[in-house]
Amino acid sequence: MNKLKTSKIWNSKWPAVILMLVGACFMGYGISRGELAVVFTKAINICMECVGIG
Amino acid sequence: MSNQKNNDNKSNKKQNTKNMKINEWPRHGIQALWAFITNSHVTGFVTGKIYTGKLKNACVPGLNCYSCPGAVGACPIGSLQAVIGSWNFKMAYYVVGFLIFIGAMVGRLICGFLCPFGLIQDLLNKIPFPKKIRTFKGDKLLRKLKYVIFAVFVILLPLFLVDIMGQGAPYFCKLICPAGTLEGGLPLVLLNKSMRSALGWLYIWKNVILIITIILSILIYRPFCKYICPLGALYSVFNPVSLYKYRVDKDKCIKCGKCAKACQMIVDPVENSNSPECIRCGRCKKACPTGAIQCGIRKTPDRL
Repeated sequence: MNKLKTSKIWNSKWPAVILMLVGACFMGYGISRGELAVVFTKAINICMECVGIG
Repeated sequence: MSNQKNNDNKSNKKQNTKNMKINEWPRHGIQALWAFITNSHVTGFVTGKIYTGKLKNACVPGLNCYSCPGAVGACPIGSLQAVIGSWNFKMAYYVVGFLIFIGAMVGRLICGFLCPFGLIQDLLNKIPFPKKIRTFKGDKLLRKLKYVIFAVFVILLPLFLVDIMGQGAPYFCKLICPAGTLEGGLPLVLLNKSMRSALGWLYIWKNVILIITIILSILIYRPFCKYICPLGALYSVFNPVSLYKYRVDKDKCIKCGKCAKACQMIVDPVENSNSPECIRCGRCKKACPTGAIQCGIRKTPDRL
């Protein structure tokens, strides 16, 4: 009975919706504390490690 | 008598597998369109300079090197390592949040439809070769490697192996990523004389990895996605719970096994329709003769 309930919960939309909300909150928090600047700076400069120079 | 029946069944099954031609070009069209949209800085391929506009604040969902001259977005795996390895942030909320959001929404559908490196591997696998390898001994175990690579090269090394400033390098990009070599390394080195003079052992090493990946992609379907990709590893965790799901209607299913045979990631949808290895390419759905396989964000009926 409990197993059926658990599997019903996992098969419902709710875990995904909750995770999406968590993801959105994380993104908001990350942006608010300035992580975007690190991503941007890394992305607009040629990443020497990525291209294999060092 | 029964032996003859078994032989007949076997030969029928073989015939069915041979006849199973699934048109994948609509999916490849979507992949190509997305690859073009996310790499639409076309002038970069002429000037050898990368895009530096504001769009680069945003991550793209697939593996797409931000040092590709055409890239207009940031690679999520590169960004994750950049933030983790920075001296002031040790937790990448923005990138992790983005990956959780996308993963919870569609899971590995991104691998199947929106990853440029996935498209390259798909096309490479279409090159004819006398003996393609579908699976091999140790295949299942080797698939766990991508989780190890994610943990070690994307998280632990950038976090703990730091310089005197407290900054960690993007070790996955530096030592492994063949997408970076193909999309960023090769075009930039070809277009910039100054970069050519700075080449060393690392460039050779990364090109060796790229060549191995290309050769293996001809023989095996998506070897990088199956065994190496840390982005696929992360999205795979969300496959069983994501909003977008695959479902098999047990009433309609006749257990013919055509879906499992059609799957190039070696997943049996009847056994587990949302396996972490499924890239949601839709081949199983197309192969199903009774339409028992459905996908989408619809609520699962009780009988499924």
